[in-house]
Amino acid sequence: MKPTVASDLTALLCRGLTKRYGSVLAVDGLDLEVRRGECFGLLGPNGAGKTTTIEILEGLNRADAGTVEVLGQTWRTGQDRALRERLGIQLQETRFYDKYSVRETIGLFRSFYRRGPTPDEVIRRVQLEEKRDAWVMKLSGGQKQRLSVACALVNDPEVLFLDEPTTGLDPQSRRQLWELVDDFRSGGGTTLLTTHYMDEAERLCDRVAIVDHGKVIALGTPAELIATLDADHVVAISLDGDGDLEPAALEALPSVRRVRREGPTWALHVLAPHVAVPALLVEIERRGRGLASLTTHHATLEDVFVHLTGRTLRD
Amino acid sequence: MSIGHYLEHNGLWQLTRARTRGFLREPEAIFWVFVFPILLALALGIAFRVQKPQPLPVGIAPGAHGDAIARTLSAAPDLRVVSLPSAAEAEMALRTGKIVALIDSEDGETTASRAARTVSDGDAVPSLRVVYDPTRQENRLAQALVVDALQRGAGRVDPVHIEAVTRTQRGARYIDFLLPGIIGMNLLGTGMWGIGFPIATARQQKLLKRYMATPMRRSDYLLSFLFARIVWLLLEVAALYVFGWLVFGIKLTGSWAAYVVVVLLGALSFSSLGLLVVSRARTIEAVSGLMNVVMLPMWLLSGTFFSSARFPQVVQPLVQALPLTAVNSSLRALTNEAAGFAAVTPSLLLLAGWGLVSFVVALRIFRWE
Repeated sequence: MKPTVASDLTALLCRGLTKRYGSVLAVDGLDLEVRRGECFGLLGPNGAGKTTTIEILEGLNRADAGTVEVLGQTWRTGQDRALRERLGIQLQETRFYDKYSVRETIGLFRSFYRRGPTPDEVIRRVQLEEKRDAWVMKLSGGQKQRLSVACALVNDPEVLFLDEPTTGLDPQSRRQLWELVDDFRSGGGTTLLTTHYMDEAERLCDRVAIVDHGKVIALGTPAELIATLDADHVVAISLDGDGDLEPAALEALPSVRRVRREGPTWALHVLAPHVAVPALLVEIERRGRGLASLTTHHATLEDVFVHLTGRTLRD
Repeated sequence: MSIGHYLEHNGLWQLTRARTRGFLREPEAIFWVFVFPILLALALGIAFRVQKPQPLPVGIAPGAHGDAIARTLSAAPDLRVVSLPSAAEAEMALRTGKIVALIDSEDGETTASRAARTVSDGDAVPSLRVVYDPTRQENRLAQALVVDALQRGAGRVDPVHIEAVTRTQRGARYIDFLLPGIIGMNLLGTGMWGIGFPIATARQQKLLKRYMATPMRRSDYLLSFLFARIVWLLLEVAALYVFGWLVFGIKLTGSWAAYVVVVLLGALSFSSLGLLVVSRARTIEAVSGLMNVVMLPMWLLSGTFFSSARFPQVVQPLVQALPLTAVNSSLRALTNEAAGFAAVTPSLLLLAGWGLVSFVVALRIFRWE
């Protein structure tokens, strides 16, 4: 068996990527490596540089500095059309022509590629059979988004780029779209997606890069990233009436790793809630305060982001 | 591989087909391309239809003995006498065009009494005044007819006998002039909008960017517009031509082949101009503004509704250099003057030049993102 060199396993590569718009540094020396067959997520708030990064990888935007490799090739070497034959791209805000049907739109995109499934096969995969002959203007937001993904699948791509694929969709449409991504991944394809939904990243991605201010600030599987908190749970409380708690006193409680104040709410990262919560209740009692609410949840990527930046993803 | 299968996977064919079909689904576009120019031609054709020559209305300023003049003038077949009760009304009638000439006396004596004396007695030196506006053709004609009728009435004998023979000429009506101009104007409008609007929309809605993310050839994208144009072009010119033929009896007197070439080259030239206009614009609004800047002067200067020969000599080089002037004058020469290829060759060269330069510049500066 031939030994595999590292680049054969790499689908996408960024090194020192930099892009400036006027005085705004959108991407600031970003490094990234996406392996073949994985679903990789760029997670970050709006304006973090996710779209700029993905569009540079797609060859639709140029970096000011740094290098990009897609399936071992670089852009603008005269081979762009051959490379595009192997990629599927969904952009954040494409509006397809209102008065073409689903079948006509997909057929048009299919005609740009040499190889790929038939338009009807693609329609079946994205479950738009019932809307096959409906005009684009008659589709719901979720159906339009599936059409957009369908147009990215007409050539059986090796790499699928999805930019904020579920933003603005209802829960059911989001799940339908997630299934599409699962199908593509189980067929061996590589996916790079951007999102500002931490649940989407956790649900879909093998690995996630958390991006903020144009830089990767954390990288790993969702589980690895959550493990960096060194606390599997978050206990959130809010109190009745005036007065305050001492952060130091809360941090000193057993099993508590750290404490954050988020407005009226205290968030405690804890290892074992069954140890921390009774002690916490005793502390509140001792201070003579009442409890307005107490919730616990498993730590998420959102908590990781808040821990790393001091802000929430929706800020 | 069958032809059907080949076409199914040919981007240029699919783009052209989509574009042609897309146009069919825009009722507004159908109206502006097919219905509007026909309605316009119909309205103007009816308003300026050829009528039996109407007698020209002339007025006689009030006076006691105007009857003799009135009788003399009424005998002339091309004049109609309008009686006017007061001097003020006579002035008003002349100013507003109710009459095109006014017979009046030079001094305090009333026109009518003095003229009556002159005409009936024949012994005094005749002294009449005809008031008219020499910048209006009808007024000048009326003045000549009035003078002629009064002189003959007073006993003038013509030394030479001239026989008048009347014959109505086809191709000299306003509609004969107008229809080729409307076809030219329509080619300009649909050529520019047919390219400008969809490209600006695709750019604004990020669809152009999405196409750029596929291996689609950029040349296929632009060519599909030109090809789709040709499909609709043939129908749009045919519709106007058949309308002119059926309703006004306008038929081509010159070369058919030259007519087709002028139409094709004109349309491609205007489409290239449209491509140039849309090559950088980011929004529909920007494109609309630029389109009007390009098209309005041509509508005015290129002789669509009236002859461009009316403009002064100084601006004629500009007028003659405009592509719409070339199309309009060629279509007119072919329709009404039995022209052949030779007569329209300079216009064809001009159109080819405009088209080529616009297309090349547009391609160089086109904004694909």
